[in-house]
Amino acid sequence: MVLIPAPPQIPDGAIGVETIGMTKRFGAFTALEDVSMTIAAGGFHALLGENGAGKSTLVKCVMGFYAPTSGHVLVGGREAEITNPKGAQARGLGMVYQHFTLVPSLTGAENLVIARSDAPAVINWASERAALSDFMSGMPFKLNLDRPVAELAAGEKQKLEIVKQLYLKARFLILDEPTSVLTPAEAEEVLGLLRAMTDRGDLTVLMISHKFREVEAFARTLSVLRRGRLVGGGAVGELSRDDMASMMIGERAIRTVAARIGEPDPSNEILRIEGVTARDVSGLREIAIEDLRVRAREIVGIAGVSGNGQKELADVLGGQIRATGGRVIVEGEVYSGKRAESRAHRVRFIPEEPLRNACAPRMSVAENLAFRAFDRRGDDPDKPPTLWLNKGAMGRRAKDLIARFKVKTASSEAPIATLSGGNVQRAVLARELTDPVDLLIVVNPCFGLDFAAVSEIRNRIVAARNAGAAVLLISEDLDEILELSDRIVVMSEGRLVYETPGASAEVGVIGQHMAGHH
Amino acid sequence: MVADAAPSQLAAAPSRAPVGLQIRAWLARRAESIAIPVAAALAGFALFGLFLACLGKSPFQLIDIVYRGGFGSSFALGNSLQRAAPLLFAALCVALPARLGLVVIGGEGAIILGGIAAAAAAQPLASLPAALAIPLMACAAAVVGAVWIGAVGWLQAYRGVNATISSLLLSYIAIAISNHLIEGPLRDPTSLNKPSTLPIGDAFMLSPMPWIGVHWGLGCGVVACIVAYVLMDRTTLGFAARIAGGNVRAAQIQGLPVGRLIVGFTALGGAFAALAGFFEVVAVQGTANGTLAAGYGYTGILVAFLGRQNPLAIVPVAVLLGGIEASSGLIQRRMQLPDATVLVFEGLLFLVVLLSETLYGRFKIFSPHLWAEKRETASASAVSVAA
Repeated sequence: MVLIPAPPQIPDGAIGVETIGMTKRFGAFTALEDVSMTIAAGGFHALLGENGAGKSTLVKCVMGFYAPTSGHVLVGGREAEITNPKGAQARGLGMVYQHFTLVPSLTGAENLVIARSDAPAVINWASERAALSDFMSGMPFKLNLDRPVAELAAGEKQKLEIVKQLYLKARFLILDEPTSVLTPAEAEEVLGLLRAMTDRGDLTVLMISHKFREVEAFARTLSVLRRGRLVGGGAVGELSRDDMASMMIGERAIRTVAARIGEPDPSNEILRIEGVTARDVSGLREIAIEDLRVRAREIVGIAGVSGNGQKELADVLGGQIRATGGRVIVEGEVYSGKRAESRAHRVRFIPEEPLRNACAPRMSVAENLAFRAFDRRGDDPDKPPTLWLNKGAMGRRAKDLIARFKVKTASSEAPIATLSGGNVQRAVLARELTDPVDLLIVVNPCFGLDFAAVSEIRNRIVAARNAGAAVLLISEDLDEILELSDRIVVMSEGRLVYETPGASAEVGVIGQHMAGHH
Repeated sequence: MVADAAPSQLAAAPSRAPVGLQIRAWLARRAESIAIPVAAALAGFALFGLFLACLGKSPFQLIDIVYRGGFGSSFALGNSLQRAAPLLFAALCVALPARLGLVVIGGEGAIILGGIAAAAAAQPLASLPAALAIPLMACAAAVVGAVWIGAVGWLQAYRGVNATISSLLLSYIAIAISNHLIEGPLRDPTSLNKPSTLPIGDAFMLSPMPWIGVHWGLGCGVVACIVAYVLMDRTTLGFAARIAGGNVRAAQIQGLPVGRLIVGFTALGGAFAALAGFFEVVAVQGTANGTLAAGYGYTGILVAFLGRQNPLAIVPVAVLLGGIEASSGLIQRRMQLPDATVLVFEGLLFLVVLLSETLYGRFKIFSPHLWAEKRETASASAVSVAA
């Protein structure tokens, strides 16, 4: 078959990487367009951008996970054809992911040795141990390699991930939001040690980050991506935070939504969150919402970078995790997400990724459309629940909703998993928005949908607001927040850190708060 | 037929599919859940035939024996139905939790404890008339079974313990408890070489059903299957359970009490399984002893899976499996095969059925979309006919 050329010799010191005209298209969608950037050997380069700006796509093209549609990668000044992650490793490129890739039940030493591509079938642990302690003595990271990874703290695991890449002879290290799982002190330590290695010329680092503070403290140069394009960059000291924020977010005019009619009703407070604290399943993230109110005929947009507690907030409101403290109050009564409560207060919920979170994929479209109303007595949404299932009414209602919300499906009997993403979302909207709504909670409603579906779905949300609903919109898409919200609140590290009226919102200020600079 | 219906419908409501084609799409969707299990059962038969051929036996002789031993005479049929009765209950203990996405395989434990509870309850109730005492014995069995399998549901819903594993382990504990009771506190001192509880007495024994000559467990089992079907398919509780089984997160967002649904449906399944033990005691054995652990709970798993967890489909499948078990003696004698042969057959069948679970949604012929495409060509041809 194909002869594999001998792996190029990896130099001892840091290596530089350059991308030339990198473009990556997924079908009609351009994730990355003509990105050329140079990261000099021994540099510490930060890659900034919003969600979906193309940062991950770029590094995945460099690492050989994706084949770029066009463009090249130069490693150490020479063109390198990298077709898979192994090829990248052979050239001295390594990457540390947001999530850990270590085997929890094995010790650090075992993890390191099995990661090597030339690990022998029978491992001579005595000699491996000697070699490892030799290797570790040259490392700035001090780690106990004899403990199982499961017992290590997050910071130690992250260090071990980095050590693993160095052990695999990476001389160019890509870090994908390396500090998202670390405490500030751990982050400081890890990044400081890496910076010292680059200063000695042992290593080059490319770090994806959202956090301006980290970028300013540790990176030497930076680039900013926006919608797949390289929009700016330079040396770290020369750019102010405002510059970086405006590059990330762009000079976008806030689109005033003509569809929004009527002012929020200040006297009619529908949702009130008082001192709610909660923790996610892993126990790593905590949220603490001191005070959040949403009034009738008002859309409150929660902006924030992904992973800052928005999911936990939505899970508390949806009754999926229990708050550890505080109260959620809807129309003056304590609310815990029970069916009787959501019926009484007309609370509707549109979670993100509707097929995964709001539908039973193997049940039919008609059945999925009936999730809200199946136990209703007759057509009146306020009547008490009934025991007998009215399948005829369910089918008729499904046909009506499919027609009114233009859900494209072969039949109402088809499993909902056979529908396209936009049509699943339409079906969920049909289910949640046909009856009068007092409180609507929406999470990333347009994630992964095409343009036409997006504008239709946003119109539906605004229409619900105009009809008098209080809407809490949790979204990672800042455009969406700016377009729809009467009031914008920024969430960062589990807290609400900034609030501004939608009409006078300043994008740069919002961006700074999103990036953790308050 | 299709083209006939199409033009008028098209004129009235262009977006609506013609009724005939809607029926076809509906049939296509339903056909999948019948065709695949039937094909799987046939494949299981074929594999077992291959196994027999390797042993130098004729697979065709086997079919003949299964037919004669299980269904060929009124005696054979009665024997099959008698064996099918506990399978109906045992299969419900799998099918009901399955709608919530749980695989409960420990029905055997509830059967055994249900039988013991029924026999133990007979003693204090001895002074009551049979018409009162027998229902109370059934209640005692059902409560014990409901608590036993309900505990499996509780552990899953509130403590995250895997229901498959906990139910299996609990069934071993149930066997141990029953051995202790039968050989200790509840033992009839006169039962020498086969430890048993005190006999419940002839007054409390159920006579066979009229005409069929099979005990009442069969009739009650069929009724239980119908009740379970109505519960799953026609009530809002069953629908809520199916939502929770289809996607827990979606059910939580709808505010459904997922934990209570899980405990409720597992408890109901356990109560049904316990009734299998109850009927073994009051209609067959007259006492609770080691024969309660006859493996009905495990065969019930196979019945439920073959029946696609549909309570109505359980009835014919249980009769078929009852027939195969009924013919096992004949298979041994006529074909000189060990009695484990039937277990090999059931094992092969189960394997093929589990494998067939991965095939759903893979055959285009069953997809309503295919029939929707046909709809367009049909409407096009209808238009051309009209023109």
